[in-house]
Amino acid sequence: MSKIIELKNVNKWFDKFQALKDVNLEVNQQEKIVICGPSGSGKSTLIRCINRLEEHQEGHIVVDGNEISEKTKDIEKIRAEVGMVFQQFNLFPHLSILDNCTLAPIWVKKLTKKQAEEIAMENLKRVQIDDQALKFPGQLSGGQQQRAALARALCMEPKIMLFDEPTSALDPEMIKEVLDAMVDLAKGGMTMIVVTHEMGFAKEVADNMIFMDEGRIVEKAKTEDFFNNPKSERTKLFLSQIL
Amino acid sequence: MIRIYKPNRDNLNTSLSIGLPIIALAFIDFFGNTFLNTNLTGFLPNSLSYFFPLIAGALGLYFIRIEYSGIRILDNFNKNVNSTTFNAVLTLLIIFIFFKYTPPLLNWLIFDADFVGSAKEDCTSGGACWVFVKVWFKRFMYGMYPNPEQWRINTAFFILFVLIGAAFFVPPKYKKYIILFMLFIYPIIGIKLISGGIFGLKWIETGAWGGLSLTLIVSAFALILCFPIGMFLALGRRSELPAIKYSSIGFIEIWRGVPLITVLFMSAVMFPMFLPDGTYMDKLMRVVIAITLFEAAYMAEVIRGGLQALPRGQYDAAKSLGMGYWRLHLLVILPQALKLVIPGIANTFLALVKDTPLIFVVGLLELAGMIGLAKTNPKWLGMAIEGYVFAGLVFWVICYAMSRYSQRLEKKLSTER
Repeated sequence: MSKIIELKNVNKWFDKFQALKDVNLEVNQQEKIVICGPSGSGKSTLIRCINRLEEHQEGHIVVDGNEISEKTKDIEKIRAEVGMVFQQFNLFPHLSILDNCTLAPIWVKKLTKKQAEEIAMENLKRVQIDDQALKFPGQLSGGQQQRAALARALCMEPKIMLFDEPTSALDPEMIKEVLDAMVDLAKGGMTMIVVTHEMGFAKEVADNMIFMDEGRIVEKAKTEDFFNNPKSERTKLFLSQIL
Repeated sequence: MIRIYKPNRDNLNTSLSIGLPIIALAFIDFFGNTFLNTNLTGFLPNSLSYFFPLIAGALGLYFIRIEYSGIRILDNFNKNVNSTTFNAVLTLLIIFIFFKYTPPLLNWLIFDADFVGSAKEDCTSGGACWVFVKVWFKRFMYGMYPNPEQWRINTAFFILFVLIGAAFFVPPKYKKYIILFMLFIYPIIGIKLISGGIFGLKWIETGAWGGLSLTLIVSAFALILCFPIGMFLALGRRSELPAIKYSSIGFIEIWRGVPLITVLFMSAVMFPMFLPDGTYMDKLMRVVIAITLFEAAYMAEVIRGGLQALPRGQYDAAKSLGMGYWRLHLLVILPQALKLVIPGIANTFLALVKDTPLIFVVGLLELAGMIGLAKTNPKWLGMAIEGYVFAGLVFWVICYAMSRYSQRLEKKLSTER
């Protein structure tokens, strides 16, 4: 399997605060990685650097063969290949669910409206909300909105999917429907980097686990090893609190 | 007394039979004073007699303020207008003021007013002299535009209204074409029709334009132009490129800081000095540009307010889908931001329409300006009130229509549950 994402000695500061310290990470095609760690540990910042929603100041990030830096000319092209799902869904409230899903395919990928709608309905069906296609985001439950956001990202037919705490803003009974959709996606062979505290999901889906603390990757291990015999004390403490 | 007697359900009948007659007395005294010129309470000291209806009314209302009386009308009345003594007094004041001042106003406006005739001398009955407005009506509408050519203005506006009507009623599929036509092609046709000089139409210089038609022309052009400029300024002010950012800030702050009347004066007097010799720019065009830039600065700040209200997540989501700066703003950010600030935009538009009379400083006379001119005509001295009441009504109708439309738009674009 070939590398699709590579981070080398990445450092990032927010003013004086260092959010990422010497982060190294390699992700292969079709690999699923779950990142966990206490809040403020840099998990979100890390994945937001991968599609340059945040800028890193030092080190190299290479996505699908393209170095990402301030010199990158077609950052939009790279972003179009990296889907992202956010904690707060971030659907466009002025557009229907269907229009949310077709907007970028039509205007960024230049598909015709008909093509875009076909793809959109396919993806909405996949996350089981095709019956809500004509409603507006404000009319849907949180779980439905998050699945719509997932469908919207999938409509760009991305090579990589990033998830930034996709279930943290949801009621407990809605978490499952979103996780189910994500498990389904994982089984389809998508490359996924997921920031989440859902350890059940991690055990089921992840190839590798990453534990972050204070901007550093403290531990990276195969999922089984990570849960059964974590090496660092910090990881053990975290797992004992969360499990 | 208030402590001694507390009206409640138990003494319902007593309270009502005390309270209602006192209220009736208050109203009889008030109407006697107002309409019949009789003063029932003349035996009281002057000031007490003057305030008698208010005092008696409040007292009576106190007696009928009975909680859970079981009489539905009374309960509703007490809940809505008679809940406290303060509210009772306010209610009475509103009723009294309404009945005291409405009849004389109506008399002046309509019943005692003069409508027929052709000169100031025909106004004899003491009310408003609408003859003035009637005689000058064409001037108020068309300014000094020559009479035989006025059909051109009528046609231009007629086409405009047909287009607007069509935009409302045609199927949505064609609507955008009509709107595009109205915004980009029609203004040129309309202006050519009115100014002439082509197709054998007589050239009529802008100095002769005036009246309500000029109000509408100036407003319409300034409205259409100031909106996109304001939008770019708002985006510019939030730009990360210092050159664009600071020039936007500079532009906005300079134009917002100067009174419109100064700007208009400069556009007429100083601007031509900067033009190369031999070039000439029409006065009306200069005025429209001045108003446009002035209002664009306000518009920019209104729109910026909307931009700032949007959560960062919207930017993140659009970027993560591969949208660049323009797609992100045109497809995601601006539609939401503009929807949020419709009330503010309507506000700026209304202010713009009502600012147009200021173009009198450069010698252009729109509706209010024409009235200012007509009232100084020796044959029609002293007609200022009628004129300005008329102008006020016309402006109110225009502005109220715009206000209603903005509310309609707000409702239509709402995607809340």
